[in-house]
Amino acid sequence: MTENTPFLLYLEDVQKQYGEKIVLDDIDLAVKQGAFCTVVGPSGCGKSTLLRLILGQEQATSGRIFMEGVPIALPSPDRGIVYQRYSLFPHLTILDNTMLGKQLSVPFWTSLRRKKTARDEAMHYLESVHLGAHAKKYPHQLSGGMQQRVAIAQALIMKPKILLMDEPFGALDPGTREAMQLLILELWEAHGMTIFFVTHDLEEAVFLGTRILVLSQYYRHESASRESSGQGARIVADYPLNTRKARSTRVKETAKFGRLIQRIRYDGFDPEYRQDAREFNLKHTDSFITFTE
Amino acid sequence: MVEKKDMRRKLPVFFGLHAKLPRGLGIVLALLPFALLVIVYLTASDIRQKANPQDKLLPPVSKIAKALEKSAFTLDKRSGVILLWQDTASSLRRLGIGMMVSACLGFLMGLNMGLLPGIRGLSLSFVTFISNIPPLAILPILFISFGVGEVGKVMLIILGTFPLITRDIYLAAKRIPKENIVKALTLGASQFGVVYRVVFPQVIPRLIDTVRLSLGAAWLFLIASEAIASQDGLGYRIFLVRRYLSMDMIIVYVAWITFLAFLADLGLRKLVAVRYPWYSPRAEG
Ligand SMILES: Nc1ncnc2c1ncn2[C@@H]1O[C@H](COP(=O)(O)OP(=O)(O)OP(=O)(O)O)[C@@H](O)[C@H]1O
Ligand SMILES: [Mg+2]
Repeated sequence: MTENTPFLLYLEDVQKQYGEKIVLDDIDLAVKQGAFCTVVGPSGCGKSTLLRLILGQEQATSGRIFMEGVPIALPSPDRGIVYQRYSLFPHLTILDNTMLGKQLSVPFWTSLRRKKTARDEAMHYLESVHLGAHAKKYPHQLSGGMQQRVAIAQALIMKPKILLMDEPFGALDPGTREAMQLLILELWEAHGMTIFFVTHDLEEAVFLGTRILVLSQYYRHESASRESSGQGARIVADYPLNTRKARSTRVKETAKFGRLIQRIRYDGFDPEYRQDAREFNLKHTDSFITFTE
Repeated sequence: MVEKKDMRRKLPVFFGLHAKLPRGLGIVLALLPFALLVIVYLTASDIRQKANPQDKLLPPVSKIAKALEKSAFTLDKRSGVILLWQDTASSLRRLGIGMMVSACLGFLMGLNMGLLPGIRGLSLSFVTFISNIPPLAILPILFISFGVGEVGKVMLIILGTFPLITRDIYLAAKRIPKENIVKALTLGASQFGVVYRVVFPQVIPRLIDTVRLSLGAAWLFLIASEAIASQDGLGYRIFLVRRYLSMDMIIVYVAWITFLAFLADLGLRKLVAVRYPWYSPRAEG
């Protein structure tokens, strides 16, 4: 672990407050190109907030965020986003939704001239999410799972350096959800993407990720004076996961899988059990402090 | 199957929350009030005519037909034009120009106010203030400052409708989820692009809807200004013939105005349904 390893995403002492309330406290994080980084944590701990900060939708109260060494500013095409809802534009057909990025990123007149190429490319992406047959429909005519697939294709066409996803499968039924998990893994491998994936589903996080971050406000701070309920969330655990992804969801049934989930529950979701803040950020190879066994 | 049929039979045809109108009955029910109105009118008119053949208040159908014939199909001797068409053209021109200007103005202002905090800060309270001025109360001011010609009348329509359109479009633009706008930015849209290439087309059907609902007010302002100062126009004619108690003529004109308003409403509604199927998605098969 050296300081000059080029990180794709790099957060330094990031803190976020809403008014008086500290939501995120002292977040340090480095994500390598090609990682599938999943984020879990108790409800309301600030997962979406962290994602919005990386996206540039909101600004950190203090601390800095870099993409490939450059401080991030407002939302831009190098960071794609898939929300749980509202990722699609209701007034455009599926095809138009998918090719929108190609069109918006050039002046209006140019976009008219390049419509044909944009359309072909969009069709290609739509087929990669198995939606070629629905190109002419409007979003409201599609099921939730299909809509999310369009949203993914729509983001992918911009070839973002990192794809941010906020509970993208949260509203889907279990069957669709599993199909989507396999699809996103397939796309992740095919495009060599970097993904930052927020979910409240531990199983999903462990299954998908090459690395899992646990964000939680349940930890013990060195200064005992601070009220424990009002403290901001931190990354309380950071584990590397299987990098060669299994193609089957069967792995979810193994004992090792279950043990890891138990462990993470303990780390971040149990208000009774609190780690000491000094022990954070030590468990992953990309952490800041070199970790020796 | 039998059970199912029985269940269906139990749904009431007319009464209650679960009433399911058969198609035929639906049409009959819709026409019923109209038929009643006609019957009541004919009876009342008949009674009055019998009492006094000179009665002007409720003219019989034959007189109304004659008034229609005179206004819509014969050249007026004095002016050499067919009055109804002349009046309709003048009124529709005023209404059209007024609504067009107020729709464009209201749309651009509302859109920018909804999306750009700077513009919102600058104009929201002012527009709210303007929208509270009763337009008819400043009609004299308009006539004094813009003259009693076309401009004054069109200005009244604009002033009367644009604050409402602005506020409605403002709310519609503001209702667009933040996620949608951020998404557009991550797709490479410029700030200008977000406003005019992403939100603009999403708000257009709302504009058509708002214009449709504002038309009622626009007619009111049109007729009021024509009644007060004009040489032609539907409102002018109605208030002119009122002096001779020409109820027959008034009825013809009112029916015609109602028909025009109904057509405009229907046309705009159909336009939204056909051109913007995503706007109010119905359950589709
Ligand atoms: N715009 C805001 N203004 C004030 N407080 C906010 C705002 N957005 C979020 N918060 C607060 O910040 C905290 C974290 O919210 P956030 O949405 O990031 O949580 P989350 O981990 O994504 O939760 P969930 O699992 O329910 O999605 C919450 O307590 C929330 O009330
Ligand atoms: Mg969230």
